[in-house]
Amino acid sequence: MISSHDPVLENALVKVRGLTFRRGERAIFDDVSLEIPRGKITAVMGPSGCGKTTLLRLIGGQLRPASGYLVVDGAEITAMSRAELMQLRKRMGMLFQSGALLTDLNVFENVAFPLREHTTLPESMIRDLVLMKLEAVGLRGARNLLPSELSGGMARRVALARAIALDPMMIMYDEPFTGQDPISMGVLVRLIKLMNDTLGLTSIVVSHDIHEALAIADYVYILSAGKVVGRGSPADLSQTDNPWVRQFVQALPDGPVHFHYPGAAFAEDLRL
Amino acid sequence: MLDLLQELGRWSLKGLQRLGRSNVFMLYVLGGIPMCVRRPRLVITQMFAVGVLSILIIFVSGLFVGMVLGLQGYNTLVDFGAEESLGVLVALSLVRELGPVVSALLFAGRAGSALTAEIGLMKATEQLSAMEMMAVDPLHRVIAPRLLAGIIAMPLLAAIFSAVGVFGGYLVGVGMLGVDDGAFWAQMQASVEIREDILNGVIKSLVFGVAVTWIAVFEGYDTLPTSEGIGRATTRTVVNSSLAVLAFDFILTALMFNK
Amino acid sequence: MVEYRKIEILVGAFVFAGLLALTILAMKVSNLTDFGGGDGYEVKAKFDNIGGLKVRAPVKMAGVQIGRVAAIGFDNKTFQAVAVMKIDRKFNAIPKDTAAKIYTAGLLGEQYISLEPGGDEESLKDGDTIVLTSNAVVLEQVISQFLYSKAAGDDKSGS
Repeated sequence: MISSHDPVLENALVKVRGLTFRRGERAIFDDVSLEIPRGKITAVMGPSGCGKTTLLRLIGGQLRPASGYLVVDGAEITAMSRAELMQLRKRMGMLFQSGALLTDLNVFENVAFPLREHTTLPESMIRDLVLMKLEAVGLRGARNLLPSELSGGMARRVALARAIALDPMMIMYDEPFTGQDPISMGVLVRLIKLMNDTLGLTSIVVSHDIHEALAIADYVYILSAGKVVGRGSPADLSQTDNPWVRQFVQALPDGPVHFHYPGAAFAEDLRL
Repeated sequence: MLDLLQELGRWSLKGLQRLGRSNVFMLYVLGGIPMCVRRPRLVITQMFAVGVLSILIIFVSGLFVGMVLGLQGYNTLVDFGAEESLGVLVALSLVRELGPVVSALLFAGRAGSALTAEIGLMKATEQLSAMEMMAVDPLHRVIAPRLLAGIIAMPLLAAIFSAVGVFGGYLVGVGMLGVDDGAFWAQMQASVEIREDILNGVIKSLVFGVAVTWIAVFEGYDTLPTSEGIGRATTRTVVNSSLAVLAFDFILTALMFNK
Repeated sequence: MVEYRKIEILVGAFVFAGLLALTILAMKVSNLTDFGGGDGYEVKAKFDNIGGLKVRAPVKMAGVQIGRVAAIGFDNKTFQAVAVMKIDRKFNAIPKDTAAKIYTAGLLGEQYISLEPGGDEESLKDGDTIVLTSNAVVLEQVISQFLYSKAAGDDKSGS
């Protein structure tokens, strides 16, 4: 275990303390604390349904926690007004699992969307900026296509170009690798790494694709059942004897996360 | 028996909750009106979707409703030897009632359902969420222009419906059944009042426009983000907005035309 | 951009069609063109009983509509109804001793004011009052008078 005195974490961009979030009766997060270091790629992993996406929405301020606090770049999110939150979000990019491109706009207009909404730049400069961002994700030639004409991997790359349009300080990736063929998965892995290094971003990657995530992450959190069950660098995690982490990293079918959904004993259920 | 009461209670509470949510929703959406004024392009694009694309059905329905009115009205009036009043009958029925009401019902089916489906789909595919994360308020950017476009388009569509309907009545009455041309228009002009009839008709269609578009965008925004949820929301839009139009029509008619 | 231009043109056409329809409704279907605005002069007439006369009821002369009832008031001193008529400016040579009568169009139709010209050299001007008036025929009064006289007549013949 790494203590919070770790020099990497001292200068954290996002600090989460005692976060509790409930959906109905079910606690998605129960007293979770974690830090996202500045300028690094942090992977948040865990089995499906453990609330990884919810964490991103909490950081983005789209959801409000039941208790605990979230600090992003020194500002407390839960105490922000709507206007302050909007200002903060201009400095955050988020890549949704589906890409979430606006279906009535073409690729160019999708990337131009945040620029048009938040700046009063002249058309020629918007054009230059958009083409620059599209070039970065390798889709400058696809600028006139509609989102419906893109493959899933291309849609995510366009969404990435859109997310970096306003030159944010951080990008949150929601399951960027899910459902991708090996080639586009490789492209995305490379892009995330490249963006992070060249643009000096802070990246949060939420994923359950262990190999890809471990390949690019500088730091990893593993969540399960609303708690942080493991944390550390990818090297630390592959050597750990923590049963949670071992089960997840080595993809074991049974372990602390049970194969069987909780219920009465089998024998009892069969009325033996 | 108690179960039945409980069911009724739950149903009413749910309805009240929805009503409250839709009011809060509307309040936020109205905050987006200044943006629409600053960027009229957003509204114009939506006017195309709700207005221009509804013209054909409005035009054809108006023509046929007018023609049927001409035919039926003639058959009734001719028994009293009052077929010259056909113009009055056609024009008053259209301007006061059928124009605003039928075009609002058609509008709910054509544009309202499309609005709900579009917004519901945007919600289901996380487009609204993505906008929020890009610091763009979807209520201002997506909903407000659509609401405004619907409210502007509705009275225009109703006016087109009525005008085309009067023309349809004229075609049948004067063209086919031989009512005197001059009497048709003269009697109509003598009895139709600009303020009492035409202005009230416009006010009616404005109210219907608000009701239908409001219901449509709210249902879309409030939908469950699944394909089944969108389907249900679309149905609810058509049913609820049709009922709202008919209910408002009764109230407005009672307020406007009782002497 | 070409796409947007097309949309703008179509929306423009739509709004134009809507406004055109409204104009047609106002001009062709209703009566915006005649007796609509303030073009005309006002003449008053006092009646003991105006029956069911309403504001905007027609004012006719020789069966031709020349104006409308603009307002109906009540004179607190003479306990009479005051009907203010707005006469179109075209009809500016109506003699001063013209009589006003309230008639009903048909047996159950709307009531209107009929002006019957006198022979005065001077004509009515804005604000003038018509002195010669006759009241509305109230159907109930006619019927009850008829029944009463009938009953009285029966009594006489019976005794």
